[in-house]
Amino acid sequence: MKLTRRALLASGIASLAVPRIAFAAGETIKIGVLHSLSGTMAISETTLKDTMLMLIEAQNAKGGLLGKQIEAVVVDPASDWPLFAEKARELLTVDKVDVMFGCWTSVSRKSVLPVIEELNGLLFYPVQYEGEESSKNVFYTGAAPNQQAIPAVDYYLNELGIQKFALLGTDYVYPRTTNNILEAYLISKGIAKEDIFVNYTPFGHSDWSKIVSDVVALGADGKKVGVISTINGDANIGFYKELAAAGVTADKLPVCAFSVGEEELSGLDTSNLVGHLAAWNYFMSADTPENKAFIDQWHAFIKDEKRVTNDPMEAHYIGFNMWVNAVTAAGTTDVDAVSDAMIGQKFPNLTGTVAEMLPNHHLTKPVLIGEIRADGQFDIISQTEPVAGDAWTDFLPESAVLESDWKDLKCGMYNKETKTCVQLTSNY
Amino acid sequence: MRTLLICLFALLSVTPLRAQTVAEILSANAGLIEKSSRQTIAPVIDALAASGDPMAAEVLAAWQEKALAIRKGDGAFVLLKTTSDGYEVRDLTGATLGTATKTDVTELKPNAGVRAMIATALVQFTLSDPDISKRQAALDSIAKDPKPEALLPLRAAIKLEKAPTILAQKQRLEQLLTLRFDADPAARVAAITGFGADLGLDLRAALNPLVVTKRLAASSPPDGNIARALQPGRDLSQTEAYDLLVAAGLALPRLTIEAERAALLANLTDGMVGGVALADLASQAARDRAYTALEAEGRVPQAMTDAEAKAAVNDFQFYDVYVEPDAAVTSAASAALTSIGYRVDFMQAADLALDGLSLASIYFLAAIGLAITFGVMGVINMAHGEFITLGAYTGYVVQQWVPNYTASILIALPLAFAVTFAAGVAMERLVIRHLYKRPLETLLATFGISIALQQIFKNIFGTQARPLTSPAWLDGALSFNDVVSISYIRIAIFVLALVFLGFFLWLMKRTRLGLEVRAVTQNPGMAASMGINPDRINMLTFGLGSGIAGIAGVAIGLFAKVTSELGTDYIVQSFMTVVVGGVGNIWGTLAGATMIGGLQKMIEFLNPSNTLAAQTYMILFIILFIQFRPRGIIALRGRAAGD
Amino acid sequence: MRNQKSRLIFVLVLALFTILVTIGAQNGLVSTSFVKTLGKTLCLCIAALAMDLIWGYAGILSLGHMAFFALGGYMIGMWLMYARTEEIVVASLANAGLPATPEEISQGIASQIFGVVGASDLPMIWGFAHSLPLQLMLVVLLPGLLALAFGWLAFRARVTGVYLSILTQAMTLALALYLFQNDSGLRGNNGLSGLQNLPGVTAGQQEVSLWFFWAAAAALCITYIGLSAIVSGKFGSVIRAIRDDEARVRFLGYSVEAYKLFVFTLTSVIVALAGALYYPQAGIINPAELAPIASIYLAVWVAIGGRGKLYGAVIGAAVVSLLSSWFTGGRAPSIPLGFATIDWVNWWQVLLGLSFVCVTLFAPKGISGIFDWVAGAASPDRKGAPLGRDDGSLQEQEALK
Repeated sequence: MKLTRRALLASGIASLAVPRIAFAAGETIKIGVLHSLSGTMAISETTLKDTMLMLIEAQNAKGGLLGKQIEAVVVDPASDWPLFAEKARELLTVDKVDVMFGCWTSVSRKSVLPVIEELNGLLFYPVQYEGEESSKNVFYTGAAPNQQAIPAVDYYLNELGIQKFALLGTDYVYPRTTNNILEAYLISKGIAKEDIFVNYTPFGHSDWSKIVSDVVALGADGKKVGVISTINGDANIGFYKELAAAGVTADKLPVCAFSVGEEELSGLDTSNLVGHLAAWNYFMSADTPENKAFIDQWHAFIKDEKRVTNDPMEAHYIGFNMWVNAVTAAGTTDVDAVSDAMIGQKFPNLTGTVAEMLPNHHLTKPVLIGEIRADGQFDIISQTEPVAGDAWTDFLPESAVLESDWKDLKCGMYNKETKTCVQLTSNY
Repeated sequence: MRTLLICLFALLSVTPLRAQTVAEILSANAGLIEKSSRQTIAPVIDALAASGDPMAAEVLAAWQEKALAIRKGDGAFVLLKTTSDGYEVRDLTGATLGTATKTDVTELKPNAGVRAMIATALVQFTLSDPDISKRQAALDSIAKDPKPEALLPLRAAIKLEKAPTILAQKQRLEQLLTLRFDADPAARVAAITGFGADLGLDLRAALNPLVVTKRLAASSPPDGNIARALQPGRDLSQTEAYDLLVAAGLALPRLTIEAERAALLANLTDGMVGGVALADLASQAARDRAYTALEAEGRVPQAMTDAEAKAAVNDFQFYDVYVEPDAAVTSAASAALTSIGYRVDFMQAADLALDGLSLASIYFLAAIGLAITFGVMGVINMAHGEFITLGAYTGYVVQQWVPNYTASILIALPLAFAVTFAAGVAMERLVIRHLYKRPLETLLATFGISIALQQIFKNIFGTQARPLTSPAWLDGALSFNDVVSISYIRIAIFVLALVFLGFFLWLMKRTRLGLEVRAVTQNPGMAASMGINPDRINMLTFGLGSGIAGIAGVAIGLFAKVTSELGTDYIVQSFMTVVVGGVGNIWGTLAGATMIGGLQKMIEFLNPSNTLAAQTYMILFIILFIQFRPRGIIALRGRAAGD
Repeated sequence: MRNQKSRLIFVLVLALFTILVTIGAQNGLVSTSFVKTLGKTLCLCIAALAMDLIWGYAGILSLGHMAFFALGGYMIGMWLMYARTEEIVVASLANAGLPATPEEISQGIASQIFGVVGASDLPMIWGFAHSLPLQLMLVVLLPGLLALAFGWLAFRARVTGVYLSILTQAMTLALALYLFQNDSGLRGNNGLSGLQNLPGVTAGQQEVSLWFFWAAAAALCITYIGLSAIVSGKFGSVIRAIRDDEARVRFLGYSVEAYKLFVFTLTSVIVALAGALYYPQAGIINPAELAPIASIYLAVWVAIGGRGKLYGAVIGAAVVSLLSSWFTGGRAPSIPLGFATIDWVNWWQVLLGLSFVCVTLFAPKGISGIFDWVAGAASPDRKGAPLGRDDGSLQEQEALK
């Protein structure tokens, strides 16, 4: 009896593995959407899933791609990093998707990398990240450190005359790497090492009183203090509330955040935070016709006029449209052909300039610095010309010698000194 | 307007040197102003301030407040005033031009750096302005960026000042500027000693730049105000000392591994370098040997050995030299800083204690409900965290309906209690009641409820954090001085925790319900035979514990975030609070919370750059603590302790 | 005798299952990703077996066993990562003109592994990472010693019941927080990744996934036989007796603490070995794997499958983890309700949570209870009650007095 039950169960499970044959093969182009819909990262990633569905719907309304309809395959890696690898493999081998849009955290990307490199998949990664990586199979549509962190620090140094820096971050690889790069950069700009205060807090940290008072006390030596925050996600809410309570106004002690956008601000009352800063490549308040159309499209799709747009959404917007154009240009969804066609693709971004895909698989992006307004939006007070994304930072000796070029050198980790390709796979 | 501007332009081109009006200056520099940067805007601001135009101050102020704009039609600068449906527009002479909408004008958004410069330029107009708030702004601007030039106008303004608070501020600021910038050293020393051991951040900010030192290497004691002589090996390491020599051009840089490698590669001939075969160069010693051989041949530059480097360091002396030349001032400043330092240390300890107390009260509030359900009833409610979340969301929902923050909080607190009380009672009736005989399984069942509830919250409220805003009277912080302060919201949580401690004690010790609860806990069979209905008591007790969790949720939501994960952050912490304190005793929970909160702040203080480490060590400590006091700080004796 | 039979059935079913999956995989019927999922599930079944031994048989509800699972993964992961990186670094330095010095190689490895976040020196903790045998020893030794130390302290202090559960939870939380720190030298939040690439192995993931699947099946088989031998012997009777009445066993002259410590350590080693087999299939390990919730899930699997029955643990782990995998794959069809659509992605966790409640309330014997029910009362169980009472509760002790 037990035998049959067990065997039944086993065969039942095995049958789950058989690929779904819901659509006749070859009828559709499949796009995998690999964003967490449950767990801690759902806060940020669900929006991106919706963005992708919206873009795909719009493309289908325009007649699809290569004469076929696009089908989204949405999976839920549930904020569980090993599950990202599992789901990516499933998307590539079972669902046979042509491209994937997904991931948010660095660790999820590192989890997916070996899988897509092994199976030669294609991933569009839409979030600002720490750099120090370039994979043949990934297009990085978010900002590299030189497209967000360095210009923001330049703004601090040049415009606000900050002499002392507090680098506050959540303890994971993006803040750690960014802060290391910034430390090296600041020292090269003549800021003494003692004038750089670094603190790392856990994810979701809520007890900020001591850290805020530590930062305020930094001003005791008469130097102007500025905070660079790489604090992640909802920990920011407690942080900003504590800042407001401590009476830390932007003109006394500005805070420039790299992970706080419209979405995070919608979780708190910003009237006490007016004037604090954020650096992104996109703000919802950008005054261009493309942006207006995008926001209207988003509101119509999500059926909620209050929902905001943010930088990673723009990254998906650019990435998706570039991919569509590359597929059209290549006439196929074959990964290698599309990858080649991607390099050099140009597409207008939402802030009035044009994004270009570089041979290192990064975009050119303008850097915008915004001041928080009382309504939770940003006043754009500085916008640079598009900056070319740099996979390997120039401010740390070990990566300054490295270069990524998938067009001519065909290598993502090329040592310019020894003129050799360190490795073809990426660093995971 | 357009013709007027053209005329102005014509005038400008003919007579560039005559005193200009504000409008002229602005239109001449329109490009600079539109993309204003602190690097380039200074001449424009100076010109505006010096123009003598009666509108200069107003235009500058408008620019600073982002109320200056360019009209899209003709590119003219205009002043804006926000009205309900657009803007009221005035030109630069102050004349009203009518109204405009958002699309008619391009608002100028000067960045904070430029705004600070404008504020500095405005000081001369506003230091004695009849409007107190403008005088205050002028003082803030000077304080933010102290400059020697501000000293004289400030002294002049003091004589005219009538308002006592502003006068005191002006005098303090004058003293702060005096001690930094006055020409007379005696006046500076007097100003320094005049402050005594004042705790103000501004004083330390003024004193510290006076004692800034520069480290240098010299062969004989240098001129200037020497802070101290340094001994290599004691005050600074040999490497640092050598680096100083290199930086000063007094010694050559040491040979690095990379440079050695490059030199060897450059001298590679026929698979041999300096008599060593290429294949043998796989060790540092062999590479050094090859380099020495090359050195002997004179093919590579001489590399300094360790002994030579040490000798070079010994040839020089190392000093810290004050940047400030006057010895009297530096010694007064460092003496003042030392005495301030002691007081600051003391105050920091006080601040730390306050922080610890505040954290303890948050832990206590989060754990007090658990102290009832787990501590008194012995039910392991893993969904306790979700009850906290439920309370916070109740607060959020109330704020959607009641826009007045004070009223909404007053409604939210009892409502959160009611909602979570109901949820607790429902859970007790439906699930826990059946599992009293199997407590470890309540853990699993309530864990199931916890993950289900969490997902339901996500489905209802979305995954984004929701705003829960405290009323205005809870904004800000109570500061005793520039070191010790605590935000009002934390004080409120502290008070709330005390109230609930009192409530709990009253309920347990002074009411019929409390008596029955204690009876049922100690011996349900006996209690039942005395006419107490254990079912009813269990239900009420559990509801009570859950209800308090709901109130804790509102409080926690007010100072942190409201997301579906809110409760998860507190659940393990809360269980540990109860266990460390000792189960079944509210004083134990209080002691547990105090210990955990205080300890965490203490460890954070010892390791300020890594808060995560503080939490790790705190939990390690708890684990060890429980090994040695398995029943917690305040252990119950006898049967109730479960032995 | 009955135990022998169930052992035989289990082995046969497992063998049949393995053969079916192997055939399916080679004919392309079962995808590589699903082979990996099955292989990982088998590893989780091993962990669940261990959990069943310590909870179902010995009555100690440890909510920290996944910490040992992850530690095992970390230990094997360090070698995998080191060896893979070493290949890359040696290959890249071979083109650099001069033959590489050992210092250059180790610096190259360190900067490759840690990126710009760490120093160029390998932390002490990586001292054995160059050697597979040493690292394999650590897979057993480190979790074993940790369990020994923790268990010795806890049992010596007579920490029991709920207290022990919370203490073990604190242990895994402390370990997770420690590993989250970048300074721990194990790459902080990123953890160790790319573990599916075995150094020196050129075979594709299609084969590698099968190897691991076989290894996991063999390990599960051995564990099952081993544990069923343990629980059916005298040792099993003693630990069941400890579960049912610790004090009485102590008065009978048994060293209760020694038994508990042995079970605690043994299960942690088994779990660690399962982890060492699991993570090369998962490909990445990071501190989130040690979060307290992971260990709670482990207990839930055992409860759902039916504790106090070894096959129950296996069934529970397999069913719940495969169901989760199915739901997260977006494969479950949405249910249109007219006014709203139930999207499983949004609702499966609710379902999961409620099913835990239902199982504890209505089927305390779990899924394996069905087997007993079907098998009927043909052979009354003389090994003691299948479900002992839990210890450490105030209520219950009072209720029984």
